[in-house]
Amino acid sequence: MLFNQTSSTAAAIETPACELLVERPLSVRDVTVAYHRKPVLWNLSLDIPARSLVGIVGPNGAGKSTLLKTVVDMVPRISGEVQVFGQRYSKARSRVAYVPQRETVDWDFPATALDVVQMGTYGQLGWFRRAGQAERQRALEALRQMEIEHLATRQISQLSGGQQQRTFLARALVQRADLYLMDEPFAAVDASTERAIVTLMRVLQTQGKTILVVHHDLHTVPSYFDYLVLLNTRLVAAGPTSEVFTEDNLQKTYGGKLTLLEEVGEAMRLRDGGSP
Amino acid sequence: MMASGLSAVVAELALSEALWRIVWLRDYNTRIVLLGTVLLGLAAGQLGVYLLLRRRVLIGDAISHATLPGVAIAFLWSVSLGQEKSLGLLLFGAAVSGSLGGMAVLFLRHAAKIREDAALGIVLSVFFGAGVVLLSIAQQSGGNAAGLESFIYGKAAAMTSEDVWLCGAAAAVVFLTTGLLGKELRILCFDSELARSQGWPVLLLDALLIGLVVVVTVVGLQAVGLILIIALLVTPASSARFWTHDLRLMLPLSAVLGAISCTAGTIASATVDKLPSGAAIVLAACALFMVSFAFGTQRGVWWRLTRMWELRREQDEQHLLRAMVEHLEARAALPSLTGELKSSEPVELASLIQERNWPLHKVRRWAIRLSQKNLVVFSGDGRLQLTPRGLLRAVEYVREHRLLERYLMERASAHVSQADREADYLEHGLLPEHLAELSDALHEKVPQLPPNPHPHDIEPTADSK
Repeated sequence: MLFNQTSSTAAAIETPACELLVERPLSVRDVTVAYHRKPVLWNLSLDIPARSLVGIVGPNGAGKSTLLKTVVDMVPRISGEVQVFGQRYSKARSRVAYVPQRETVDWDFPATALDVVQMGTYGQLGWFRRAGQAERQRALEALRQMEIEHLATRQISQLSGGQQQRTFLARALVQRADLYLMDEPFAAVDASTERAIVTLMRVLQTQGKTILVVHHDLHTVPSYFDYLVLLNTRLVAAGPTSEVFTEDNLQKTYGGKLTLLEEVGEAMRLRDGGSP
Repeated sequence: MMASGLSAVVAELALSEALWRIVWLRDYNTRIVLLGTVLLGLAAGQLGVYLLLRRRVLIGDAISHATLPGVAIAFLWSVSLGQEKSLGLLLFGAAVSGSLGGMAVLFLRHAAKIREDAALGIVLSVFFGAGVVLLSIAQQSGGNAAGLESFIYGKAAAMTSEDVWLCGAAAAVVFLTTGLLGKELRILCFDSELARSQGWPVLLLDALLIGLVVVVTVVGLQAVGLILIIALLVTPASSARFWTHDLRLMLPLSAVLGAISCTAGTIASATVDKLPSGAAIVLAACALFMVSFAFGTQRGVWWRLTRMWELRREQDEQHLLRAMVEHLEARAALPSLTGELKSSEPVELASLIQERNWPLHKVRRWAIRLSQKNLVVFSGDGRLQLTPRGLLRAVEYVREHRLLERYLMERASAHVSQADREADYLEHGLLPEHLAELSDALHEKVPQLPPNPHPHDIEPTADSK
């Protein structure tokens, strides 16, 4: 029950002494994020254990992508704190690889798959330095790992959806991060790409990396992820998949809007002195 | 009659003389103007690529329109101080109000939550309107406001050596910045989210890009004018995209196209009386765009059409070859594929037409093309004969078709009646690796003709009974 918690009592988790020795890849404390005053994440607290393969599920608009963007400081927080390997993100940046949704970029951009993968190395290169032979080799190696080395010189608009996703993951691989944040990598990819991505995630996990994946297909959750975050603006539950992937939690996550209204109604009746 | 003809000739001579002088850079003034506009074109072409890829084109347009009030205010100010107008001051005013316009767009979008197109529309028209009002005040102010309208439509001929230095400085700034920050601008334009997650200051880079646009716009006001400068930024970049898929090539190509547009436009406006240079430059850029659109090697319409036609022709030819093999096969007349290859027996065009329901004129065309490729012998009396090479090729097509058919029937559970049709659609898109996979999947190791799984060709026809 170590990582099992519910949103209403999203207190800090007790961490046993032995766990402190291992760096915690991600720790989110009381984070609230709002777009145009509409809360997207509400008072979220979350601790991700090291070397876990984490699925993030929840209905549309539940704040799954926002959670990842919050971690990489891409959206402003109203309150709360995020720590990556015990530090602020800006200090731990080189240890994090973020993979945005595939549709967020223009695939008509004049670049080859190799060009795109090399962009993963830009962060470590720093200002003004160009990518050289070493970066090129690393990019080719990553393409090989994603089994699309033969497409290195292909124009990205001529890649299939699955190949584009593999290119994105190869780009994350060259960052040589310890924490991977993937926003819907399985969206609209073919079965063989999906298998390749799962294999990749398992390999990364055995190398000691931690992977967070925004996911939509509930059927594959138990077989893909060993840790699960159920999200619907608030945190519904987080913990080992075997413990938190329950019908009850899913009901709370996906049928959550109704339940929430009932709760509010209940609270108002109590406040107004009515009987429950 | 005579006189008018003579005067036309004289006029033409004068024109060609003028053109001659310009082309050979006889005049100091022409050299200055050309040099200035070419530098401007290079800078605008280079910068335009990033503006296009970052999808900030319309902000560029808003900025250029927003320069007008700055020009007018700077003029009024210098008049009130009792000075002659100075170009530096005017351009400084343009830069300030252009930047304000750009910031106004950002403010309206982010702080006032107005959608970008609306924000652009508001800023562009309000600033330009204010500029027109201020300009009319300036013209009544008593100062020498004569040259001010040239900022709207552009008048390259008015350029001085001072302007050329300005153009050169702008080009230097653009090339230096984009050269140093090539990698940073590339990641900004392709994936700003990745850029942000890597810690690149996206806002600063965007501001830098917009700042460069302000520089090029302000410097280009004299030659191209504020209404049309945006075209010089966007058109060469868009044209370059038709020729290459590689950003490293697209940048210099766009710069060169910009320079060519400026050269052509400047010459045209110097030759033809009262032709504003801005419009001439933009029309030249537009002409280059149309050529690129039509004939660009990567995306030009012509190449795309030719590729499509080629593919269609190839498909038709494959169909005819396959029909011949199946016709011969049904009559047990297919030559042996082992040992020395021989030509096949002749096949009547008429019977093929009967079997396949093809119109005669099309089949004749395909047959003629195949005979030009030495795959068949097409005799005048309507009989076709596969040459040994044609036989090999045809058998290969049939093999592909049948592998696919069998695959569809066995693995994709296509119905017998659909498989042939489906295979027809799919087979032309098969790559060698697909075929290898198919024959693996069907344990079809031997490159031989598999049996026809589909009975539609074997219906006995009149002549085989």
